[in-house]
Amino acid sequence: MIEIHNLSKQYDNQPLFKGLHLNIAKGSVVTLIGPSGSGKSTLLRCMNGLESFQEGHISVNGQKLYGIHEQNYNKAQVHLTLKNIRRKVGMVFQQFNLFPHMTVLHNIIESPTHVLGISQAEAESNAISLLQKVHLEEKAHSYPDQLSGGEQQRVAIARSLAMKPEAMLFDEPTSSLDPEMIEEVLAVIKDLVSEGMTTVIATHEMSFASDVSTDVVFLERGEILEHGSPKDIFYNPKNDRMRAFLSRFMK
Amino acid sequence: MNYKLLFTRSILLLQICLSVLYFSTTNSFAHQNTLEKVKSTGVLIWGFDAEGGAPYVFHDPKHPSKLVGFEVELVAAIARELGVKVQHFQNAWDSILLSLQRGDFDIALNGIEITPDKEPSVLFTRPYYVYAEQIVVRASDNRINRPEDLRGKKVGTLYNTVAKRMLEEMGEITVNIYSGQVEPFKDLSLSRIDAVFVDLPIASYYAKPNPQLRLVGKPAGEGYYGIAVRKEDTALAEELNKIIEKLLRTGELQKIYSRWGLWNTAQEKLFLHEEPLQKYTENLPSVSEKVSPSVTKFLPTLLKGALVTVGISILSMMLAVGLGLILAITRLYGNTWLQRISTAYIEIYRGTPLLIQLYILYYGLPNIGITLSAFAAAILGLGMNYAAYEAEIYRAGIQSIPKGQTEAALSLGMSKRLALKRIILPQALRITIPPMTNDFIALFKDSSLVSVIAMVELTKSYSILASASMNFFKLGIITALLYFGMSYPLSLYARKLEKKLRLYDRNP
Repeated sequence: MIEIHNLSKQYDNQPLFKGLHLNIAKGSVVTLIGPSGSGKSTLLRCMNGLESFQEGHISVNGQKLYGIHEQNYNKAQVHLTLKNIRRKVGMVFQQFNLFPHMTVLHNIIESPTHVLGISQAEAESNAISLLQKVHLEEKAHSYPDQLSGGEQQRVAIARSLAMKPEAMLFDEPTSSLDPEMIEEVLAVIKDLVSEGMTTVIATHEMSFASDVSTDVVFLERGEILEHGSPKDIFYNPKNDRMRAFLSRFMK
Repeated sequence: MNYKLLFTRSILLLQICLSVLYFSTTNSFAHQNTLEKVKSTGVLIWGFDAEGGAPYVFHDPKHPSKLVGFEVELVAAIARELGVKVQHFQNAWDSILLSLQRGDFDIALNGIEITPDKEPSVLFTRPYYVYAEQIVVRASDNRINRPEDLRGKKVGTLYNTVAKRMLEEMGEITVNIYSGQVEPFKDLSLSRIDAVFVDLPIASYYAKPNPQLRLVGKPAGEGYYGIAVRKEDTALAEELNKIIEKLLRTGELQKIYSRWGLWNTAQEKLFLHEEPLQKYTENLPSVSEKVSPSVTKFLPTLLKGALVTVGISILSMMLAVGLGLILAITRLYGNTWLQRISTAYIEIYRGTPLLIQLYILYYGLPNIGITLSAFAAAILGLGMNYAAYEAEIYRAGIQSIPKGQTEAALSLGMSKRLALKRIILPQALRITIPPMTNDFIALFKDSSLVSVIAMVELTKSYSILASASMNFFKLGIITALLYFGMSYPLSLYARKLEKKLRLYDRNP
């Protein structure tokens, strides 16, 4: 479903990715792990065009996004490609990024009504069932600042799901939450995964990663050092740096 | 620390301060006899306004540092007779008598008409010139031939003059009041007004050389220019009377006036007036009952001015808020050229004075064929100026919204435009409300600047009334209260609105 081919990206001549390849099959659950600054978030953001890159291409659902130095790069085309990709791929952010001037319900129906052109009534009934799914139906008319961090993140997930995406990207969804709220958010993601949603998650929650993933990708300094099943990665790591990284988490 | 010493020192300091204050405030009364002071210092301080002051006193266009005019020559002759030197004191014409009373200069000599309403405040010498009021029209216009024809027309005149009062007493005339002498003639040639009615010397000087304009009808409403001195300076007035007499007899006065094309048979009357002044004013239109100090009589005029102020402020703020948003968005999201244009607009409008912008709009644009009405120029001038400031407020507001908001919107499939409209602007606008209200209050007060382009709003109404009645204090307080009465509810309302919209202060 998502193919990353020969991806190269640099910031101000500081290279991050140097010819990175990664295939994410439909229905798979890929967790990206690695130390801070390893490029987990950047990789996710490249997948839906929030970050541009210089070389290679990313293909999402057949839509090809080219690096800006590639011959096939076409500024006018990029616009359309991004639109198509973003309608099919949802994203959840570390900082939730709910719209503070709208109620929970309006946060959820905003894009379906204005982008997809779904009627208000239909969008609202969808939103209510999504809120039930994340166990927040009673908060429909609250504003984001009246919710806890965990509740906000669950609304953010519901908001993304309202666009009926075929894949979901999670950018460290629990990193800015208090420990007692992490579980409620992970539970929602687990539900989603169990329904077969193609999911890519950047996370520091190792036991969660080992629980839900079909694939684990270990990134360090923009390089994929290991890629395999959770069993291989967590119980039989081949790479020294992978072992060092894990030992810090497994303590 | 020695507190006692500190205490006595503070007392001493206080005493010094008080005495400085005392001497500076009583300065104008210190010289009971201005004539003696002039003679002992050898300097006569002359108050006048050289702004647009031809042919009275003005800066020689060929040598701008030099003052010329028939009054310059007259004062030079007077000083020579007194055996002293002349020191110039430039003062706005509107407040020239007030500054004389304050003691800024010794004499005010600048086409000041001897009228009964000025007599309570200053003392006049015998007249030094006989003027009359003259109608000027466009050369192509033959509707107006005598004062009666002015009825139903738009007529320009100068402010606080006999001509203005004559026009008002004739009634049915739309009177446009100007501070400068050049502007009414400009507006006349631009067809913004139908005629100009001013003192003959001004009409001759500005209209005669202009082929587009012509003088029509006989001069009307003869009156006299006199030298104003402070009420108590009778000795100075007598001395000046003797000198005027001498200049008349020796023919020097006639020589000066002839040089400026101002001598006419009417000036013969100057010889008749050897007695003190009251007589000269007898056949002038009496206005003393019009300028009674009762506040209630002034209120309608002030309220009318206030209405104009409110109208101009609201309309120009609407323009500023709309145009400012366009500027901010093009500056933030436009292509390179649009960004450059809006940045240049903002920098130019913020970097130049509003006054100059108004002059260019009103008097400059006609040169390229765009003639705006005073009202349109006022709203455009204020609105376009404030748009530059509002644009920066919008920009700050938009930039203060976290980047994550745009990213979330984009990742939900919104276009940049939709994200701006639905997500960023609604949040940014809340932030801009308090600074914009402040700007509106500032604009409200800045609107007084439009009086330079012949708009009579609240401040202009005030200065017209105040200089006519010399009642600067009382009227000033009332005018200030009117401004405050209008702007304070506005800031209360803004505070309420801000509270209502504040994100973190919402009722569950």
